[in-house]
Amino acid sequence: MSGDSTKLSRNLLRMKFMQRGLDAETKKQLEDEEKRIISDEHWYLDLPELKAKENLIMEEKSFGPCEELVFGRISFRGFNPEVEKLMELLNPKQKTETEEVETGRMQTDVTDEEMAQRYESLVDSMKRKFAKKRQRAAVEEDVNMNVTNTNGKRVFLKPQD
Amino acid sequence: MFSALQDRVGQILLPGDEFCSDTDDTISLSEPVKSEKLVCGPGLRRSGARLLVCKSGVLRHKPPNVFWIDCQQRRYVPARGETVIGIVTAKSGDVFKVDVGGSEQASLSYLAFEGATKRNRPNVQVGDLLFAQFIVANKDMEPELACIDSSGRASGMGVFGGGGLLFRVSLGLVRRLLAPNSDVRSDLEQLFPCELVVGLNGRVWVKAASIQQTLIVANLLQSSDAMTATQRRQLFAKVQQGAL
Repeated sequence: MSGDSTKLSRNLLRMKFMQRGLDAETKKQLEDEEKRIISDEHWYLDLPELKAKENLIMEEKSFGPCEELVFGRISFRGFNPEVEKLMELLNPKQKTETEEVETGRMQTDVTDEEMAQRYESLVDSMKRKFAKKRQRAAVEEDVNMNVTNTNGKRVFLKPQD
Repeated sequence: MFSALQDRVGQILLPGDEFCSDTDDTISLSEPVKSEKLVCGPGLRRSGARLLVCKSGVLRHKPPNVFWIDCQQRRYVPARGETVIGIVTAKSGDVFKVDVGGSEQASLSYLAFEGATKRNRPNVQVGDLLFAQFIVANKDMEPELACIDSSGRASGMGVFGGGGLLFRVSLGLVRRLLAPNSDVRSDLEQLFPCELVVGLNGRVWVKAASIQQTLIVANLLQSSDAMTATQRRQLFAKVQQGAL
């Protein structure tokens, strides 16, 4: 049997259908050979490790960022309102000046008192949401204690003529 | 290198001048060694660890670490991100060829307009004026324009014109016009209502209420190219008295 197998070529022995009939020794031999071929084929570059120096100089080809140039469309005295709107939007310096003025005005929109009231109720409801069941009961009781007088059962009040 | 540059701020430099990165002559033990980053603007070129001057002009500095050469020139070299005025010279397939005054014509995709799709082509004719931005500009490739910003909106770019006048000024005047607190701009504002489109390629387009006023503004700008601030103010005052 072994005499026969040596006659067969190695490539033939390596084929799948031949593997069943092989004995352990020849199998191992073939495997070793295969491993050696793979490791030989696995090559690598024999180079010193490239060290990229940190680049301290950056190049900027445009004057725009250097001199902080404004947007290239300009309109004076309301000649083109669209462009003037764009100028306000795109030119950063003018914007900050106007913004400061506007924030002063904006605050009148919602008064501080209104804000405080709204937050008061919000804090309350959030507190209830995050409380655990037992605590929640306590909280609710507490709330009821405070507001029981007003929070009684509502009855329809007949309008008096 | 930083201190060497800072010493020469405001001085005139010529092409060929160079700054070398100082090999640590004095190492201070107390101060932590911090790497100084530099941004070199137009007119300065990086070459290895050196910094070469490639335009003649005055060295300028913007804190913290930006340096550039302020020079007078008329030749335009496209740079990425700059907004310019272009003239459409040809329509070929899906790109327009646009003359921007550089060494080569720029290409502009028909999709690089606000609201443009494959179905819905922008209405651009040969000869139209465009205000557009460079998205590709390097010395080895054809420059490429776009009429939209990164968020896809026009924001003032696109086809404009009709009734105005286009002319050329030096690149220095254009930069003076667009400087944050520009004297020329504030002087011009005193005259009459008008509209300007200023491209960094030295093209300026003016439109005012009448042709006469448009011509006045155009002539004023062209002549104020080589004037001092006082001369310009005198001229503007004269025009204001004559015109109003």
